[in-house]
Amino acid sequence: MGPKELKKGVVVVGGGPAGLAAAVSAKASGCDDVVIIERGRMLGGILNQCIHDGFGLHRFKEALSGPEYAQRFIDQVQDLGIETLLNTMVLSINDSREILASSREGLFRIRAGAVVLAMGCRERTAGAIFLPGTRPAGVYTAGVAQNLINLQNIMVGEEAVIMGSGDIGLIMARRLALEGASVKGVYEILPYPSGLPRNIQQCLKDFGIPLHLSTTVVELHGRARLKGVTVARVDEARRVIQGTESFIPCDTLLLSVGLIPENELSREAGVAIEPLTGGALVDDTLMTSVEGVFSCGNVLHVHDLVDHVSEEADMAGHFAARFAVGEMKPRDSYIPIAPGRGVRYVLPQKISGEMDVVISLRVAEPMEQKAIVGRDQNGRGIFRKKQVKLHPAVMMRIKVKKEKLQGVSSMEVGVEG
Amino acid sequence: MGNSGAKETTSGSSTPQYDVVIIGAGVVGNAIARELSRYALRIAVVEKELDVGMGTSARNSGVLHSGIHYKPGSLRAKLNVEGNSLMEGLCRELKVKIQYIGKLTVAAEDEEMPTLHALKEQGEANGVPGLEILDPEDMEKLQPGVRGLKALFSPTTGIICPYTFTIALAESALLNGVDYFLGEEVREVKRNGQKFTVRTRKGLGLVSKVLVNAAGVLSDKVCRMLGINDYTIYPCRGEYLVLDKRLGHHLSTLVYPAPHKGKAGLGIHLTKTVDGNILVGPSNEYVDGPEDWATTSYIMGKLREEGEKLLPSLTTSDIIRSFSGIRAKQAPPEEGGFRDFVIESRTDVPGFVNLVGIESPGLTSSPAIARMVRDMVSALVPLREKPEFKPELDRMTGYFHELSAEEQADLVAKDRDYGEIVCRCEQITRKEVLEAIENPLGVKSVTALKFRARVMMGRCQGGFCLPKIVRILQEDFGYRPEDFFLYREGSHLFTGRVRS
Repeated sequence: MGPKELKKGVVVVGGGPAGLAAAVSAKASGCDDVVIIERGRMLGGILNQCIHDGFGLHRFKEALSGPEYAQRFIDQVQDLGIETLLNTMVLSINDSREILASSREGLFRIRAGAVVLAMGCRERTAGAIFLPGTRPAGVYTAGVAQNLINLQNIMVGEEAVIMGSGDIGLIMARRLALEGASVKGVYEILPYPSGLPRNIQQCLKDFGIPLHLSTTVVELHGRARLKGVTVARVDEARRVIQGTESFIPCDTLLLSVGLIPENELSREAGVAIEPLTGGALVDDTLMTSVEGVFSCGNVLHVHDLVDHVSEEADMAGHFAARFAVGEMKPRDSYIPIAPGRGVRYVLPQKISGEMDVVISLRVAEPMEQKAIVGRDQNGRGIFRKKQVKLHPAVMMRIKVKKEKLQGVSSMEVGVEG
Repeated sequence: MGNSGAKETTSGSSTPQYDVVIIGAGVVGNAIARELSRYALRIAVVEKELDVGMGTSARNSGVLHSGIHYKPGSLRAKLNVEGNSLMEGLCRELKVKIQYIGKLTVAAEDEEMPTLHALKEQGEANGVPGLEILDPEDMEKLQPGVRGLKALFSPTTGIICPYTFTIALAESALLNGVDYFLGEEVREVKRNGQKFTVRTRKGLGLVSKVLVNAAGVLSDKVCRMLGINDYTIYPCRGEYLVLDKRLGHHLSTLVYPAPHKGKAGLGIHLTKTVDGNILVGPSNEYVDGPEDWATTSYIMGKLREEGEKLLPSLTTSDIIRSFSGIRAKQAPPEEGGFRDFVIESRTDVPGFVNLVGIESPGLTSSPAIARMVRDMVSALVPLREKPEFKPELDRMTGYFHELSAEEQADLVAKDRDYGEIVCRCEQITRKEVLEAIENPLGVKSVTALKFRARVMMGRCQGGFCLPKIVRILQEDFGYRPEDFFLYREGSHLFTGRVRS
């Protein structure tokens, strides 16, 4: 019998914030048959478990909860009549934009005019960070704990330690405290927090939860259920300083130690991955190295704010629609953009120079009173943006007008005094 | 956790009578149970963990050894070669994946050449078929990129998933009438008259004519319960790293360094698993506890270094997990190396079939060990073949994701639960999860699902599927938060409801 064969204009893989915005934008940009494939049983993705507020301050000038933010887009998806396939998992994508997906209704193969990759990211696990010791129950990534607590009414523990100061860990420290758990502290291996400054204030300081910098969890204890963790201070090279170890009794350890863009499907499709972001290498239309395959949101690079995800996805959806309807003209040459001093990554990694671009970037470490400067192949300044405070937790988005790109054959973006 | 096909403790009722009681539900205990289930016998298996195969049987390389490493005439040599040849047929019956991918034992320098020749001669004396010494050119054909002077190729070396195999043996035994008592730690064993009485911590009592000690790392303890003080197990830990599947294609055969005398293991190497991951390890450290399944930062660092040497394309993000297992060694640290298996029908304690020190190649040898034990049992109780014995398990070999799109489409058309993917990384379907939950031995822990359905075993380690599995167990099977165990009693995953 075999899988059912289908043909679609723009196929959006993932119905989280990136996928929703991309689909809406693709439809608005003139593609009539847009379809969202979502593996969960409802649209909204990870926003559904983010019951705290603070979403949408940029986009809607309001502080919304995760589900409220998602609903704004879900309403548009419904109003525009965009097709959605829920409970449907994409099994594979190939470089001819053929998608194999599975659902309870059967297996089907879709030939897509364009594909938008919007699969999001996953959390780094205990295994991935070589956490030594026993393997007791009570060790969760922060996002799993968030799902269990907020969506399934399941309490994961009573005395918690948070390893890593990523935003989800900070949010969950507060969440546990609100539900009566004792949160012993947040331990961050870096000399500065990984999460947003506003979350340090609102989730830790406001609740009296201590943040220990340059300190990390070095061993788990307990056979059946976690009995405690050993924490220790680390030096500049993140090596444990002998003699600083101490035992913290706890029954729960939440990990908030990084997010990894979920690019297994992309790799299979032949999409080139940029090691600095863990996401696809893209041009200024957010098209990947595979023609007609676009990428946006956390699968492209881990974002700080969902508002930025939506903005990026608007663009990916727009160009995917243009490609699908055959209105995107092929480029003959590109201007490469590379990160310079003090910058961890820039995105896109190459641009046409024929249109305005938005450059996303993160700095390598916290700095004050500096400027982000883009220079061309001759060292000539293309743009300069002064910043009072620079922090790796904060993603920057800098708009550059196409007029500024005349005569530019390559660009480097760095931090200058 | 609730659903259990295994026997529950019944206090107060009369003590059940058996012909054979087996202590320990590792691969050896289950292989014996399954072999004896061919005969009209009342058989029970008693296991302290909540599932079968939770100790060393799940915590090893999953390699079927050819039998080149063991002294001719030793039990290890004989049982390994015999076990290896029985494996293929057994796996076919039990629907367990097995791949004879062969092994290169590589000599890196001239000094190691005599070892290679000696291994070949020894292997031939043991009856290992097809051994060849290969030049670099032929080595390259088998494993692109392999470096070394020469290598001994053993074509009968294979790989198998050790816990899938152990579980399949147990299910087959159970379906053929063996009783399983899981979560029952043996506290006391007594011989009175012609019979043994086995008592567990929870108060379960079993009476049996024959008692088989298959307690693995704890086998010396069981001996001592019967006054046998001849044996001591020295737990020796091996740590492993598990690598992402995307590196799996790098290995087409197994590659081991030539062995060096006095070492307790076979050296750190890369092993491909039947599911496409690569294992780096195992290390070799004597430890205090027989169940000290911890990993250490020192060894993990060493394994990472070795792994990078053996597989230059390895990056940190390719390492998805670490684990450790314990070898049941009889050789104390100062002696090192290996001692032969002890498999004996004790004359001083008639009816006691005693297995001690079944370390590597225990997995490979298990079917042959089972036959040897059967012969010992036949001298103690009469064996009469059961006409109703059913050797096959009714199930699919392997997983949904290993099928072609056409086969997958057909399965989904037949049963919609195949269409719903629960575990993203390993593409495990709801149907496979339901089958694991409803398995004949029952499910008392999340790890039981992991070892059966392969959920939570991928690169996200359950980040995506654990909440989904919790939802299935809550909504479809009525689980409460306090019903979830990670693996053993006391390993509660959750503490209750957030709000009532």
